Amino acid sequence: MRSFQNRLSDFTSRGVHVAAISVDSVEINRGHAQKMSFAFPLLSDADASVIRRYDVLHRGAGPKNTDIARPAEFYVDANGTVQWVNLTENIAVRARPEQALNAIDAAKGGRRD
Amino acid sequence: MKRKWNWPIWIGFIISVGGLFSYEFFAQFPITRDFPWATLSLFGIGTILLLIGLFRAFGRPQVYRGRVFGSIFTAIALLLFAFFAYEIFYVLRQVPLSTQAPRVGEKAPEFSLPDPNGKSVALADLLSPTGAVLIFYRGHW
Repeated sequence: MRSFQNRLSDFTSRGVHVAAISVDSVEINRGHAQKMSFAFPLLSDADASVIRRYDVLHRGAGPKNTDIARPAEFYVDANGTVQWVNLTENIAVRARPEQALNAIDAAKGGRRD
Repeated sequence: MKRKWNWPIWIGFIISVGGLFSYEFFAQFPITRDFPWATLSLFGIGTILLLIGLFRAFGRPQVYRGRVFGSIFTAIALLLFAFFAYEIFYVLRQVPLSTQAPRVGEKAPEFSLPDPNGKSVALADLLSPTGAVLIFYRGHW
């Protein structure tokens, strides 16, 4: 997410918002956002209901076998349609901002016709 | 006659142990995280030094020390490497399949979640003017 923060201006200049979702509480997110100077919102899905709706739940992977989100990234266009999905096969390997930016530019290109 | 200090065993062992802990550092950078070549290189260098040390210890035991502790250190280093490889190449790949996750062309499920200030943010709020990137992450609990 630090890499997305570093490239945030490339998203805002394209008119694209960035938001991050986890089971962390609002309080934890507040501390973390401050510490990391994240200028995009960290959204708290404490009961994992949205994470479940997106089927990106990782059962028992959190502390004391709690359910958390697996890493996953989506680009949703202005109409609410998914244009890009990145579901990693390795928890340590996350999407890089360039991948999302390429997907955004590709989706824009497609809309012209 | 006092036998010589067998330095490759010690240096090799220190590099191997350092290799395990180095991933904590290298995981910060995508280039050394996505494939842990820097950490694996440290393990490789450490193992080569340990083998050189063992070769000296067993080949010229009258000159070099380290037959016993060299073998123990090498075994520990190999165990550390096995642990690291198991974590990196097995445990980290135990990710759910997410077969029902929204696909390209499908509507993204609506949501409304609180931001760090407690203010509710809906997907619809994020979509204007050119959409939104949603990053699901494991969190810091």
